[in-house]
Amino acid sequence: MTIGLNHYLILSAVLFCIGLFGALTRRNAVVILMCIEIMLNAVNISLVAFSSYIVPLLLTGQVFAIFVMVVAAAEVAVGLAIILAIFRGLADIDTNNINLLKW
Amino acid sequence: MGLAITFWIMAVVAVVAALSVVFQRNVFRAALALILCFITVAGIYITLSADFLAAVQILVYVGAISVLIILAIMMTKEVQKGNLANKMEIPAAVVGTVLLIILVFTVTATSWNIAAESPLSPTTAPLATKLFSENGFILPVEIGAVLLLAAIIGAIVITREK
Repeated sequence: MTIGLNHYLILSAVLFCIGLFGALTRRNAVVILMCIEIMLNAVNISLVAFSSYIVPLLLTGQVFAIFVMVVAAAEVAVGLAIILAIFRGLADIDTNNINLLKW
Repeated sequence: MGLAITFWIMAVVAVVAALSVVFQRNVFRAALALILCFITVAGIYITLSADFLAAVQILVYVGAISVLIILAIMMTKEVQKGNLANKMEIPAAVVGTVLLIILVFTVTATSWNIAAESPLSPTTAPLATKLFSENGFILPVEIGAVLLLAAIIGAIVITREK
């Protein structure tokens, strides 16, 4: 059985949905960030798969995946800084208890 | 044949590691499972003949982002049983399953325009030409550099003691 584009896209969809479920249900803010990283990786898989199956000589999907990685690195740095700042102020990173902006 | 075996091993390990990130109670073990997931994604890139991207995945995700995440776990408490669920588990499971069904249906129902050529094999030099040439992506590269600088400064400012 040969591996085609559909296999990569379905793997990407499965990983994305696992990450989405985790990001929606977990209470630990660090775990939510980890699930967001899983989702970004899933999107990268589908971008690279499109790049090598649809436009194999152009590499545009891989260029886009590199930019996704840049933005993911920036996002995780700022996100963890925010989590550490919240932990310093509230001594807690449980998202059920961080409700200062909730009415 | 070897490609198919590699793909299936990497895919199964990636999905199991991702599930383990979500359902593992110990946050530190969840972070280790996340690193395993990143490594298998690098293997998937290799099966797609994206060698430069696999190296970047190992360097950036396995080398840098996972260290940042483990550092954040070590600086916050509740490592042992910190990975709890909130009350939205059933609606989130419904949303995830419905989205997965829609995605799989769309992927299998679309007739993709598969190209006949085999992909470029060493991608580093063509990627560099794409990124840095006159008609390439040099402006997004510079914007990415500014974004990374802003993120560094922002992280320092946010975490600094008074």
